[in-house]
Formats: sequence, C-alpha cells, structure tokens
Amino acid sequence: MNAPTEIIADDKSRLIDTRLTAPGIRCAGCIGKIERDLSELDGVESVRVNFSAKRVAVLHDPAIGEEHLAAALRELGFESQPVADNPLGTDDAESKKLLRALAVAGFGMMNVMLLSVSIWSGAEGATRELFHWLSAVIALPVIAYSGRPFFASALMALRYRRTNMDVPISIGVLLATGLSLYETATGGGHAYFESAVMLLFFLLSGRALDASMRTRTRAGIGALLGSMGKSATVIAPDGSTARLPADELEPGMLVMVAAGEALAADGEVDEGSSAIDNSMLTGESAPENVSKGSLVHAGAINLGAPLRIRLTRTTSDTAIAEIARLMDEAGQSRSRYVRIADRASRLYAPAVHTLSLLAFIGWMIAGTGWHQSLVIAIAVLIITCPCAMGLAVPAAQVVASGALLKRGLLVKDGSALERLAECDTALLDKTGTLTLGEPRPDIYALGSDDRAIALALAQTSRHPLSRGLTSALRECDTKPERLECVREIEGCGVTGNWDGREVALERTSRSGTEISVSLRVDGRSQLIVFEDPMRPDASKTVAALKTLGIKPSILSGDRSGAVQAVANELQLDAQAGATPQDKLRALELLKRSGRKPLMIGDGLNDGPALAAAHASIAPGNASDVSQQAADAVFIGRNLMPVALAVQVARRTMKIVRQNLGFSVLYNVCAVPLALFGFVTPLIAAIAMSISSLVVVANSLRLARSAKEPSA
Amino acid sequence: MTGLTFLIPIALGMGALGLAVFFWAMKHGQFEDLDGAAQRILIDEDEGDDV
Repeated sequence: MNAPTEIIADDKSRLIDTRLTAPGIRCAGCIGKIERDLSELDGVESVRVNFSAKRVAVLHDPAIGEEHLAAALRELGFESQPVADNPLGTDDAESKKLLRALAVAGFGMMNVMLLSVSIWSGAEGATRELFHWLSAVIALPVIAYSGRPFFASALMALRYRRTNMDVPISIGVLLATGLSLYETATGGGHAYFESAVMLLFFLLSGRALDASMRTRTRAGIGALLGSMGKSATVIAPDGSTARLPADELEPGMLVMVAAGEALAADGEVDEGSSAIDNSMLTGESAPENVSKGSLVHAGAINLGAPLRIRLTRTTSDTAIAEIARLMDEAGQSRSRYVRIADRASRLYAPAVHTLSLLAFIGWMIAGTGWHQSLVIAIAVLIITCPCAMGLAVPAAQVVASGALLKRGLLVKDGSALERLAECDTALLDKTGTLTLGEPRPDIYALGSDDRAIALALAQTSRHPLSRGLTSALRECDTKPERLECVREIEGCGVTGNWDGREVALERTSRSGTEISVSLRVDGRSQLIVFEDPMRPDASKTVAALKTLGIKPSILSGDRSGAVQAVANELQLDAQAGATPQDKLRALELLKRSGRKPLMIGDGLNDGPALAAAHASIAPGNASDVSQQAADAVFIGRNLMPVALAVQVARRTMKIVRQNLGFSVLYNVCAVPLALFGFVTPLIAAIAMSISSLVVVANSLRLARSAKEPSA
Repeated sequence: MTGLTFLIPIALGMGALGLAVFFWAMKHGQFEDLDGAAQRILIDEDEGDDV
C-alpha cells in the first residue's frame, strides 16, 4: 500500500524466529516475567510463551544469537535450550488432521441428523425425498473427507493381505453410503446417511483422543529433552567459533565445552582442567577429575571450568553410538507387540463379515429378493460396526493417562499402558532413579541471612552444585539478598558484594568422596556438604510394588559398595557394576524364564535395557536417549509414580476388557434384530450412540484411579 | 413447506459458519497452548516490575 507499511514489512522479514525450551516455566508469574523482561531486550521484536510445551518463541533481530537469549533467560532464573526444528511436528500434524476430520464429521452429523429426525417423525412424499437428497449432498463430501484416515489405513492393510479394525469400518461406511444413495435415487424409504456419518464421528473421536494423548505427552517430554550434547562449539584454526550438530563433527576438531555442557563426541583434553560427571555413561556418581591428556567420552558433563577438547572419535564411533546400536537391536522385540484393539479386531472382523454374508445368503434363500437381502446384510454390518470397540480402548487409556499426568507421569502411548499392566518384575537403577541423581546440600546449619546470601550467589551460576543449592533454598522459601558485583570465577566459585562486605561461595580443598562448598561472609566461612540422597518415598514405592505382586531388584552400573548400601536400606537384591551389555543379558535371562520385566533407569547406560524391557520408565532428569527409549517419564522427586503407573495401567486394562466385553454383549443383543430385518436407521442410530456413551462413561471412572496405592 | 426453503439454508449456513470458525481457530494456533490461556488470566498487566 503506502510507503511506511512497506518499510515495516521489509523490516519484519529480516527478523528470525528462535524457539527455546524452558522446563522451569511453572506459573502465570513466569509467563509474565519472561514475556515482559525479554521483550525489553534490544532487537527483540516479540516474545510468546507456550505454557503447555514449556517453550518460548522469540522473534528477534538476527544480530542477537541464541546464546544471548539463553543467557538472558538464565538471568531471569530459567534454564533454557534452543530447539532446532520441531522434531514432534509430524505427530502434531497427524492429530490436527484428525481434529479437522472430526469437526467436519460433527458438522455433517448434526445437519444430517436434523433432517433424519424430521423423516423419522413422519415426513412423507416429496418432503422426504427432498430431505434424502439434502442428506446425500451433505453426507457425501463429509464422508469423503472424514473417512480418509480409515480408508487409507484399510487400503494399506488390504494391500499387505491383512485386516485391521479399519477394514470392517470402511466396508460398513461405503456400503451404507452406497445403499443410501440407491434408496435416495429410487425414492426408497430408508437412507442410512446419518448412521454412516455418526459412525465416522464416534470413531474419529476415539482416534483424536488417542492422538491427543500422544501429542500431549510428547510435548511434555519434548520440554525435558534437548539439554544433552547434541551439538558442540567448534573452534576453527583462526580462532572463530561455530556451533555444529553432533553428526557433523569430525576427528581432529577442537571443541570448547562450557561448564554444565555435555560432550557430543569422544576426545582428549587439550587445554584446561575440570571435573566431569560420567554418571550418564557409567552410573558412577562421584565426579572424575580431568586435565590435559585425559580421555573423555561423549555424554559426560563438564562440571567445572571450560575445557578445550581435541576430538578423537565422533558420530558412529563414540561410546554413545555403541549404546544406540544396542538399543536399536533391543527395541525390535517390542515392535512385535500386538495391541489389544488389534487382537480383538482380528477375531471380530472375520466374524462380522461372515455373519453379514450369511444374512444375505439366508434371506436370498428365503426368497425376499436381492434388494431386501442386501438391506438386511448392510444393517447387520452397520449395527455391528465396531463403534464402541473403536472407543473402548482409547477412551480408557486417555482418561488413565490424564489421571497419571496429574501425578507427574507422562505415558507415551496406549501400547505402553498395556505393556505396563503386564509387568511382574521390576529392575531399578540406583543413581538418579532410586536416588535423586543431583547433589542436595545440607542447609539446616545456615542462618536466614546466610541462606539469602547463598541463594543470591548460587542462582547466578549453572554449576550443578549451585543449581542444587538454589533449588534446595528456593524450596524452603528463601528470598535472595540483593548483592552487587556478582561474578563467577570459573572453577573457583562465585563472589559478590553485600552491603559493602565481601561474600563468596567457594570450592573447598577437601578431598575424598564427599562433595562440599564453603560459604564465606565477611571472612567467616561455613561448610555446606552435598550428598545424593535417596528419593523420599523410595522404600514406600518398593513396598507398593511388592503389594502389586512385582518383584523389585537393583541393577546398577555403580560401585558395589554404594549399591549395597542402598540395597540394604531398601532390603532388595542387587547387582552392581553392570555394563549396558550386562543389563541386557539380565533382562534376556528374565524374559527367557517367562517373566515380564519393567526397567526403571535414567542413564545412557540404561538405554539398551530400557528399550529391551517389556516396559520401561525413566525419570524426567534422565538423558535424552533414555527418555526416548522409555515408555513413560516421571517428573519430580517422588518415585511413587512408578508404582502408580503399574496400578493405573492394570485398572485401565480391567476397564478396557469391560468395555470390549460390553461391545460384544451389545452385538449379541443387536445382531439378531438386524438379522431378522427389524433394524431401521432410527434403531441403528440410537443403538450406536448408546453403546458409545456407555463405553465413554465407563472409562471416565478411571479419572480417580491415580490415588496412592493402599499398601 | 415454504418455510423450509429458507430455514434449511440458514441451519446449514450457521453450521458451516461454526465449522469455518473452528478451522480458522486451529489455523491460527488458538489451541496450541490451552494451559497457558488458563494461566495468563492471572498476569497482572499493571504491575510493571516485580523483584
């Protein structure tokens, strides 16, 4: 249009969109704070927080880098990580497609039903014919659009000479539509358009529920992912740095690993000395000191000062890649698992098709003529269409996963719930699973002033000890003191100025397994000792698992001393010092003896075991790989969601079986009616809605199922 | 009977309008952040700076 708007448009096109995941977003205050403070930065055009996905979308000038935005967020108190393209986009697109199909089917159902009700209440002659034609005009495009997910899947199944739930659905819908068109064209009395559209609507709601459950949990897990080494800062010979994804790294490159960052490839330390946390790889909880010449492996986290590392082995040669290969192989057995709905439909589809064919032949023999016989055969097909069956499984699973979500457990999909319900043995990792996996400080000796100062110092640093201290202090409602000149000296600690007095959090010189820092306020120093404590309800959870008839034991890669201590406290059997291969072997052994193991672990070294187990659960602070391999992820400090998951999964399967049982019972009652030709479109419509509503109502009983297990 | 000639198009039109609005809302990301919408109501716009 005119000049000024063009300039603005031109200006806007230069802006780029960066997305950061910030799992720490918890309340309205966080949203307000981030959106207000971040948009005040120079060059930031707009900020939008997505609370559900714990994601911040920033529209900004390309001059500001991702690191700058992440740093600004850290200043506001949120750990964040830039996300590349949305890796879950395809899932999202699928659930959107289903929602759109559902909306169209809903629109069609309402309007066709409106016309059908008038016909049922006695419209005659020309009016009825007009209404039939109108129904056809509405129903045909609706069926063509909303039926696509079913038709596509049925075609796919038939092409491979298999049947699935979608084959009887598609045949039923297509035949009903065809017959109704014929009836309409010849001025007949019964058109089944509303049954066909309603069938699609109910089945689509089942599918949409299933898809929304997957996207919801994937969004939750996606928010937790991305903190591990998927890329590295490479230093070029001329001194410039560039961020490269892990699969573009090559041996011989020099990379810079900042404090708190994870290594993306194996290498040798070229410059700097620091401590690294190998617990992801080995399960060993104590940090390892490294200096020039030490070998470090991908997956290790740098705890102290920045390191320069010369890469030796990258991408498919690293220790992580070996684990990934093991996982790939281990995960194959799980893909062979057949879900309960498909098992049911394998029996159901041939039975229904045979029955409807028999009805046709039977009535032909009885001499009613092919038209009447076909009408009855199609009525059988419509009334037995697995409407309630299509809803039976997803409705129950969605309600159950919603209930579990409220208790901090994200179940990835329905098949995970089905497998969880079958488990009878549990193997638990130690570090990060039975224990919190993060250093927790002993702060009871600190006075309130000291606490406020310690928080003010610790919250500026991303060192794991500082983060542990920050979260412990925030939990007891400490408000940070106002400090000036806060400065972090890499590898030494944080210093600042409080009312003109010097305060500092410093590394201690004490050696041994104990980890500690000292808080210095005006010359007086105090020691804060850290330990990796057991999850508060570990023993309660173990007891709950036992009452559920599950035999728990410990399978850890840690030293046997540390493992034995935990094992004694919880009175469990334990196997220590297990490599990823050992863990796989232990699972194989259990599986061969006919048991169904549940694996609970967090480290990279648990990855293959998580993929191989019958079902698996990982904590929210686990490595990316483990979270992706696991069937469910639990968030927070409590271990109880693990026992709850099994309990709810079992109840869900009970409800699913009830639902399927009800569907069968309903068919047993309805089929004779259809076989003897009593089913009019009105009866078909009522029967279908009632069966679906009963199934949904029965599933809603699961909403209250995620209570504490009664031990 | 004559009433039907305009009542049916109105019914269909209103249904189609609802459908169009739903599609518009989906395309414009109105359902992207359902929990966020519930939280945003609590943000106090006037209070400029908190600690």
